[in-house]
Amino acid sequence: MANWLDVASTLGIMAVAVALLMIGGHFDLSAGVMTGTTALTVGVVAVELGQNIWVAIAAALVLALAIGFLNGWLVTRTGLPSFIITLGTFLMLQGLNLGLTKLFTGTVQVRGLADVPGYHSAELVLASTISVFGQPFRIAIVWWLLLTAVASWVLLRTRFGNWVFATGGDEVASRNVGVPARRTTIALFMTTAGAAWLVGSITAVRLTSVQANTGTGQELIYIVAAVIGGCLLTGGFGSAVGAALGALIFGMTQQGIVYLNWDADWFYFFLGAMLLLAVLTNQLVRRYAEAARR
Amino acid sequence: MTGATRAGRERGTTDSGAPLLELRGIGKDFGSVIALDGISTAVRAGEVTCVLGDNGAGKSTLIKVLAGVHRPTRGQLLLDGSPVEFGAPRDALDAGIATVYQDLAMIPLMAIWRNFFLGSEPTTGWGPFRRFDATTARDVTRRELAAMGIDIRDPDQPVGTLSGGERQSVAIARAVHFGARVLILDEPTSALGVKQAGVVLRYIAQARDRGLGVVFITHNPHHAHPVGDRFLLLNRGRSMGDFAKGELTREQLTEMMAGGDELTELAEELERPPGDG
Ligand SMILES: Nc1ncnc2c1ncn2[C@@H]1O[C@H](COP(=O)(O)OP(=O)(O)OP(=O)(O)O)[C@@H](O)[C@H]1O
Ligand SMILES: [Mg+2]
Repeated sequence: MANWLDVASTLGIMAVAVALLMIGGHFDLSAGVMTGTTALTVGVVAVELGQNIWVAIAAALVLALAIGFLNGWLVTRTGLPSFIITLGTFLMLQGLNLGLTKLFTGTVQVRGLADVPGYHSAELVLASTISVFGQPFRIAIVWWLLLTAVASWVLLRTRFGNWVFATGGDEVASRNVGVPARRTTIALFMTTAGAAWLVGSITAVRLTSVQANTGTGQELIYIVAAVIGGCLLTGGFGSAVGAALGALIFGMTQQGIVYLNWDADWFYFFLGAMLLLAVLTNQLVRRYAEAARR
Repeated sequence: MTGATRAGRERGTTDSGAPLLELRGIGKDFGSVIALDGISTAVRAGEVTCVLGDNGAGKSTLIKVLAGVHRPTRGQLLLDGSPVEFGAPRDALDAGIATVYQDLAMIPLMAIWRNFFLGSEPTTGWGPFRRFDATTARDVTRRELAAMGIDIRDPDQPVGTLSGGERQSVAIARAVHFGARVLILDEPTSALGVKQAGVVLRYIAQARDRGLGVVFITHNPHHAHPVGDRFLLLNRGRSMGDFAKGELTREQLTEMMAGGDELTELAEELERPPGDG
């Protein structure tokens, strides 16, 4: 059980943030590669530049928020689909991840994080294992649950949450009644980037070495988890708890296939089938909910 | 339209005190399309300014300039006599100008009470625990709608499930609730039945009596004439005149709104016996 919860936790952190962004009406294709960028930044700043790991983690946060801001700013400024804008950042970051890692280390990975100053406190916060009823659990699960709770509260109980639904539902209409739609969008991209930073830092500290291609390809899985959790692709509807459950289902499927001794190749078939099923049910449920109240 | 210019000059000199909102030579271009040009009028406290004109005349564009949605390409906007620029609808709202847009500006998938307070959510709590005061929002929404004669079964119902008229009532109730000084209504009665339209007209009169400046757009002279104090007529983005109530009878207004000569021509054309000409 600890194992599939473990898969679900880092995915879940991203899925919840991506769900907020999708409710707000946007996609972030750079979210996956950004977990790599932040993990590599932690590694390079700590190992290659010889800084305390907390300094490295802080540097990665600043970088992530800057990238998130840039994504949001470009999307709101140009009015272009976020799909295209973040595809651009995705490719650029992928190139930078490889190029800069090679430049700093001469290889395609950063290693040796376990020996940098501050590692043990960082490990305690980001990568320790706690035992509940004799079962070992990764601390990332706590972060995931915490983030899901906070995201739910923000979505349903705060002004910002109201603005997220409104911006995703109809951006022009919400701006006309005074919703700061641009700021909301930028904040959502920065939230996604912040989640990528958390996952990147957890990955770097947990593995103590980071591959230059970390996170690439994960961005679609975040979106799939959010959709399985009930987010509409068109924006304006969804929930954080749903996305967390989507990540859970994903983790269970992945581990289930391993336990059943099936070929891992089947995993993507199931993923695709689940996505289709989810999209169809989302539509049906939505129609039913609207029709039932007429 | 010599009457129009005369009326404009008189209005500038006879009334005392600066109007709530004043437009001076307002123009708006969309690329090469001139949607508005040289529009001047004033919105005074305790008066209803009706804006009339054909489809595409620029009525919605004009009120969007007042509401801060569009920045005017030319001309000046004055609030209490001093020039203002609304960079965003928020600025206009903060100045006490609330608008019912023609497309209503509501989010179909969101609950009625969430829509009602969208952009102006009441909050409780402190610091990081400051939150959307949902209880107050639900209560106020129910109360304001009941006052309009709309009995909402469930304020949690998504707006998309309401009828067109109910949706319009929610948008109007919202503007009435938030419009502290100026209330702008873009064809608010278009989807309403006789009873609800009457309620809206009464609301307009009430707002006027409370000292608000009201801008009222409608195609219906029977709605415009009884409540209007001023009538601004638009044609293809230009002003065809800005009349005080005493200067126009309802029949004249009807005729002008319907395009005057064009209507007479149309009537003649339709009445002509078949086979003739
Ligand atoms: N955002 C925009 N971009 C380009 N052109 C626009 C825009 N908004 C309005 N227009 C043009 O400006 C002109 C006036 O439009 P507007 O919506 O103000 O008319 P209206 O008087 O409100 O008409 P109706 O009675 O049909 O509501 C039209 O020709 C329209 O095509
Ligand atoms: Mg219009």
